[in-house]
This record gives sequence, structure tokens and C-alpha cells, in this order.
Amino acid sequence: MATTDLAAVLERDEDGALPVGLTLLAGAIAAAVLSPLVWVVANALEADGAVSLLTAPTTVEVFINSSVLVAGVTLGSLVVGVPTAFLTVRTDLPFKRGFSVLLAMPLVIPSYIGAFAFVSAFGPRGTVQGVLEPYGIESLPSIYGLLGTVLVLTLYTYPYVFLTTRAALKSMDTTLVDAARTLGHGRREAFRRVTAPQIRPAVAAGALLVALYTLSDFGTPSIMRYNVFTSVIYSVYGDVLGGGRDLAAMLSLQLVVVTTIILAIESRVRGSGVTAESPNTRTTLIRLGRWRWVAVAACLVVVVAALVVPLTVLTSWLAQAGQPTTGRLAFELSYVTNSVAVATAAALVSALAALPLAYFAARHNSRLASLFERASYVGYAVPGVVMGLALVYFGSTYGGWLYRNGLILLPLLVFAYVVRFLPQAVGSARTSVQQVSGRLPEAARTLGRTPTGAFRDVTLPLVAPGIAAGAALVFLTTMKELPATLMLRPAGFSTLVTRVWTAYGSGYVGQAALPAFVLLLVSGLSMLLILRMEGYDVE
Amino acid sequence: MSSELREPDGDDRNAESQRDEQDEPSGHPVLELDGVTKRYGNATVIDDLSVSVREGELLTLLGPSGCGKTTTLRLIAGLERPSGGEIRLNGRAVSGETFEPPEVRDVGVVFQEFALFPHLTARENIAFGLDEMDETARTDRVDELLELVGLVDHGEKQPGELSGGQQQRVALARSLAPEPHLLLLDEPFSNLDVDLRVEMREEVRSILKEAGVTAISVTHDQEEAMSISDRVAVMYEGQLEQVGTPEAVFQQPRSRFVASFLGHASFLSGRVEGDVVATGIGDIPTTSIDGLAPEYDGTDIDVMVRPDDVTARRPAPDELANGEVVHRRYLGPTVLYRVRLDSGDVVGCMHNHAEEVPLDEPVTVSLAAEHDLAWFPRGSHNRPRRADD
Repeated sequence: MATTDLAAVLERDEDGALPVGLTLLAGAIAAAVLSPLVWVVANALEADGAVSLLTAPTTVEVFINSSVLVAGVTLGSLVVGVPTAFLTVRTDLPFKRGFSVLLAMPLVIPSYIGAFAFVSAFGPRGTVQGVLEPYGIESLPSIYGLLGTVLVLTLYTYPYVFLTTRAALKSMDTTLVDAARTLGHGRREAFRRVTAPQIRPAVAAGALLVALYTLSDFGTPSIMRYNVFTSVIYSVYGDVLGGGRDLAAMLSLQLVVVTTIILAIESRVRGSGVTAESPNTRTTLIRLGRWRWVAVAACLVVVVAALVVPLTVLTSWLAQAGQPTTGRLAFELSYVTNSVAVATAAALVSALAALPLAYFAARHNSRLASLFERASYVGYAVPGVVMGLALVYFGSTYGGWLYRNGLILLPLLVFAYVVRFLPQAVGSARTSVQQVSGRLPEAARTLGRTPTGAFRDVTLPLVAPGIAAGAALVFLTTMKELPATLMLRPAGFSTLVTRVWTAYGSGYVGQAALPAFVLLLVSGLSMLLILRMEGYDVE
Repeated sequence: MSSELREPDGDDRNAESQRDEQDEPSGHPVLELDGVTKRYGNATVIDDLSVSVREGELLTLLGPSGCGKTTTLRLIAGLERPSGGEIRLNGRAVSGETFEPPEVRDVGVVFQEFALFPHLTARENIAFGLDEMDETARTDRVDELLELVGLVDHGEKQPGELSGGQQQRVALARSLAPEPHLLLLDEPFSNLDVDLRVEMREEVRSILKEAGVTAISVTHDQEEAMSISDRVAVMYEGQLEQVGTPEAVFQQPRSRFVASFLGHASFLSGRVEGDVVATGIGDIPTTSIDGLAPEYDGTDIDVMVRPDDVTARRPAPDELANGEVVHRRYLGPTVLYRVRLDSGDVVGCMHNHAEEVPLDEPVTVSLAAEHDLAWFPRGSHNRPRRADD
């Protein structure tokens, strides 16, 4: 059986030396995970006139557009996320518990669904314009372009800042603020000199997550017709004759480089904050006085824009879907089963790949082990559209007959998911392996168990819940992945996500409603799982 | 007479081996370490360690943290491989040329943090090493052990629901269940509260004796080692300093390290002059010095005194003071004084709290010990072999 073989390989290390089997296994997984990066670089090097492409007007424009978008969304997220976090932790804001939940909820809505909803509501000939038409309003300010994209992405990414800031505020020792007050500082002054420096790393970490998400998001800029790396790569990659392939390859490499830089900064910032060992969290809440209703109104505006608008729009689509429709676009069960099938495969493969990496990193304090574990984080640096592109090139170059007949696409798709979301599985598995003391398998050995037996009877049952949680997370994230699915799915293979995409694209929004609701449900579940794993509490 | 001189037989053995084996209970050796060495990279953690454990005895490895005692235990259990030397269990080599993995050694281990399997109940933990028994035999054995450790009503609880002392007992029962040849206990009491520690010490010793198991425990707590062990092996920097009964190790330390590690010894520098040793507190007859051979006449030696061996008091009218109190530590029932003698030595004296001696005043220190004193040649770490060795 595979698990027992694996176990025998994993546990053979009485000497403290690196076990050869485990090292090779972890190394092979790390190499496989890194391989898409190789294709990205190779493709860019092969591109004709790489240097001229690098400085071509399109490339420069895309780079500038992307930078402006990232800056705008990050700034917007800070403006929304930090004050709302402060209000829900440190003040007597009414309905605090409710707002703590509601303000985190937008994370549940995949940004492309949000974008669809906004375009549908505020676009030309959209719902809002339709309602206003009798009053002589012929057109609204355009929702397309930079402003719309910034608006939508901000609404669905500010919760990263909101959550990290809340966590920092809650773990901060509030006696520090009291100390500052007794040393002659007013509230404002105390915030500036004591609170702000303490929460700054957490705020920065949240902001960098926003920047990473914005940079790699494909759906929103595509829908909002704004030319950034992801949307341009997707729109030109199929255009082989027009040199689109070369442009896509160059842009992919640039995007990976920029993402990696942000990722590197993020990993520096993360964990640099000071948290009190046992924080004194008994706080005196700031009284908002007559400002409290202004604060409530501000929070409500955010909640309405980010949650009520898309939910209303989706519901109205559902009403349209109630009308009889023709067969091809009708909601089919196969979309659900296809989605579940690929997500299950991705989850299982991720769990199997994560265990050796996590075990190796948690049990062996060696450079090699942490190098292999780091390799698994490549998924964060390779946006879905780049991953899709790299694997399409790989398949078309080396897939031969298998590729032409579409047989290799599903395995490639699952591989793309695994590489993209492996960090989630490894993180969860690593934590659970670390929580199992090395003495436990040793105790089993002294009680007569072989290395395999000790792994099977002690280590595995104890790490299984963590592995399962990681796999569940991969499952749920895979369900809502958009760009790699679009690029790698075999002809005729539709999932919930591709269904939403094509239904909206062809104007039959009613058909997108049901799959979109299913995706919201899936997304909500994954959010609950993450928050539970990180111990989020709404108090 | 010292306890060493009570050694009943073994006089036909050579003097070399007799030293380490005196006071040992009879019976065949269950465990023998022979020149065992363990290195990690360039660091030598265990250096040429040889010791044997007889059937039914409880030996304690005692030493400061980092002296290699836990590593020794892990080598015996087979959780580490030695870099050199041989380990024999019941005469069978298990580490050395060959290596037997822990699961076939038949050695039980009670881990420092107990290492109870958190996903199993107390009963399932105890039954973990019994899977070769049939169902009824296993149930009976588990019942028997729960009875032995006094946890009959707690069998169905998860480790997390048990108190520290109860977890300790489950860990003990689990390791005893398969009836190992040898039981190893790694700092078994360090995870318990101070009050519980003394109680569990007595209890664990009586459980081990009732089970009749041969055991090695490891500790850095000298009081614990003295109170539970048949023999104590003092370790320092990967080497064995001395093995013997608690009394022998305490009263006749063979090295300055053992002397100072056990019971705050101080040293009086002295010179052997015929049948007395001249020291800073006056002449001590050589008959009161343990095994001082005639060939040391005219040489410098250091005589070991513990705080209860000497007293300091105000000099009587016709007496000269020989030192002055430089430090005083009040411990409740007793007071510990440090006295700087005119000869330059500093000695510790323990007094009843009623006997007040003022700080910074001249005092007379005199010998109060009723037993023979240990000594070391000046500049030597170890005591020389005695004439009767």
C-alpha cells in the first residue's frame, strides 16, 4: 500500500541524518512544482525580439496600467480596511459583532462575480440606468476602465487589511495606550506614537496581500475592460500569427518577477510585528458619541456596496432564469460534477504532495528541507493565467498526440491547481506535523512498533485532521479558480466557473445565476474553514 | 568504618574492576555499556562510557543538564546509534557492530513529557504495546496495570483529561505493560509540581519494586537521585565520574566535581604532618581522614567539608578566632554562613536558626563531623585509589 511504503521512507532516521528516501521524494515534488516557472522563463527566452517586446508601447502601457491599478486598490483597501478594523475593535460602534462578520464577508465573493454584478447593475443599459431612464438619464459615468476596476477590486480585497489590522489591534497590549495616556498624551497622540507603530507591520502585510491579489487577478480587469498583465496575456495568447504568443510569454515573465518581488517583501514584513506574550486585552472602548451614527453609516455603505449590490443582482438574474430557456444553456448537473471531480483530484494530489514536504520541513531542521518547503510556495508567485499559459505551451510542445486529442489537458489542469494551491495544503500539514511531538513515534517504537507501524498508528491519525483541512481548503479554492480553468479545460468540458463566464459573456445572465450562487456557497465554506483554522473571533 | 569497607566479598577480583562494582546487588547484568561514545559532528556528547546494571536494581544517572545523560538513555533504547563502543542487553549485543532497532529491544521508556498518545484513552495507551496478546489477555493485563498504578476508575479518559500525576502513572503503566527487560525513565518527575514530585517519587519507586523491573532513571536533581536509587551514577561532560550507592557517592566522592555537585562541599587546604593534617581550623588527626595513605605524609591535600561538618561560633575567652563571617543566608530552619578563614579558604557552615553569629565578626570554626572526611591531593581532580582497593 502506498501509505505504508511512504511511511517506511519517512521515518527511517535514527541517526539524525537526512533520510535518503524522504529527501528524494520531497526533492522530486519540489522540482515538479517549480517546473512551470521553467516554462515561463524558457518561453520568454524563445520569444522573437525579446528586447524590443520588452520596450514595446503595449508592454510599457500594461506595466503602467498594472502599477496604477495595484497602487489604487492597495490605497483604497487601506482607506476602507484600517478605519473599519479600528471601529470594530476599539470603539463602542453599535452592532459591532454584526459588522465584524459582515465587513469580512466580501472575501467570500469571488471578485469576478462581483465585477459581473457591478457591470450588470451600473454598466450601459444596466439595471440602474434602466430604472433611471424615465427620468431622462441616458447614461451613467462609465463603470469600465481604471476607476471601476479599482472600485470592484477594493471592495473584494480590503478584508485582507481589515482582518490583519483587527488581529494586530486585538493582540496589542492595551496597557501600552494607558501608559501613554498617563504620560501626558491625548488619544490622538497616543494612537500616533504607540498604537500606529505597533499595528504597522500587520497593516503592511494586509496591504501586500491586497497588492498580490490585485496583480494576479484575471477576472475583474478582463470584465471591466482594463488592460493589465493578466487580461492582456489572456487576450493575446491565442494569437499565434500576430506574435501574441511572444508578447504573452514576455508579459508572463514580467508579471512573475513583479509578483515575486511583492511576495519577498511580504514574507519580510510578516512576523516582524511585536505581539505581547499574554496581551492585556481589557480595554476601555473609545466612546464615539454623536459620531457613532456616522460610523455606522460608513460601515453600512461598505457592506451595501460589497454585499447587497451583487446579491441583489444575482437574485434578479435568478428571476430571469426562471423563464423557460433552451437546452444548451440550461443548468446542467454535469457542471457541478465536473467542478467537484477536478477539485477532488486537486485536493487529493495536494494532500499527498504536501505530507512529505511538510513532514520533511517540520522534522528536519536542515537547509534542504526549508528550501523544498519554500519551493512549494511558488504557487503564490505564479498567477493562474501565467500557470495556464505555461502549461498550454508545455502541452503543445511536448504533449504530441496526447495534446492534440485533448487527453493531457485534464491532468495538466489538475497539476495547475495543485501547484497554485499547494501552499495552503503544505501550511496546514506543516502546522499539524509540528504539533505532534517527536517523542510520540519514539514511544511507539519502544512499545514494539516498526517505523511504519509507528507512523500508521500514531503520527498519521494525529496529523490527519490537519491534512484533511488543507485538502478541503484546496478543494474549495479550486472550485472557484477561473483563468487556468478557462485555458486548460478540454473542449466541451465545463465547470461552474466556466459556466458563469460563458453565460455572462454570451449575454444570458440568467444562466449564470445558479452556478454563481453555488460558487458563493463554496466560497463561504472555504472562508469559514480559514477563519476557524486561524482562530478568528468576532468579539 | 566507611561503607566501602563493609564490602563483603569480591576480594578475589582485581582491584580495577572491584571499585565500580562494589555495593552492587548480586544478579546477572541486564545491561552493559562498554566504552560507548556518541559524537554529533565534532562535539563528543558521550565519551567512553562503561557501566552495567544488575537485575532488579534501580540505577540513576545523575548530572547537570548537558552532561549526556538523556543521550545515554536514548542510546540504550535504540533511539540513537552510538558512534563507538558496544551496548549489551542480557549479554546480547544490540548496538555496536550490529544495530537492533528500538522495537525489538524489549526496553520500556517513560519519556520526560510522558508522550501519551493524545488520540487514545488511558486504557488504549496502556494496551498499545500488547497487540500480540489476544483480546482477553490484553484486557486482563491492562486491568492489572491500572490497579498497580491506582487508576482503575480513569481507564476510559483521554490523556488531556488526566492530571500531571495521573498522566505520569499511565505512562509508567504503558511502559511496564509488555514486561520489558529494562525500563528507562527520562527526568520522570520534572514535569510535575514540586509537591507532587516528592509524593510521586515514593510511589514510582514502590511500583517499580513491586513490578520487580530493572530500571535506569535520569535526573539532575540530587535529592531525587539519592532518595529513589539503589545506585547512583554521576555523570559530567559525557563521562562517568562515579558509580555507587547513594551513601558511598555522597560520603566518599571520588572527584571534586562529585563532591561539589552533591551537597555544596568546600575544601580546607591542609598539609599532612605525621599523624595530623594541619588546616586553617587547626590540626585534624589523620585517623579522621578517610583512607589517607602514609605515602602522603608531608604533602599538600584538600580536605572536603560540607556545611553540616563544621560550625562557627564566637571564640571562647581563651580561644583565638580563625576566621570571619562574610556572608549569611537565612533559610528558615537553618542559617548558612560563609566564613573566610585566616588561611584564605572559604567554608560554608550550616547552623540551627537559633545559633546567631554576627556578620563581620571574628569567629572560631571547628570540626563537628562524626564521620571520616574525604580528601583530594592538591591539584588533582580525582581521589587516589585507596590502599585497600
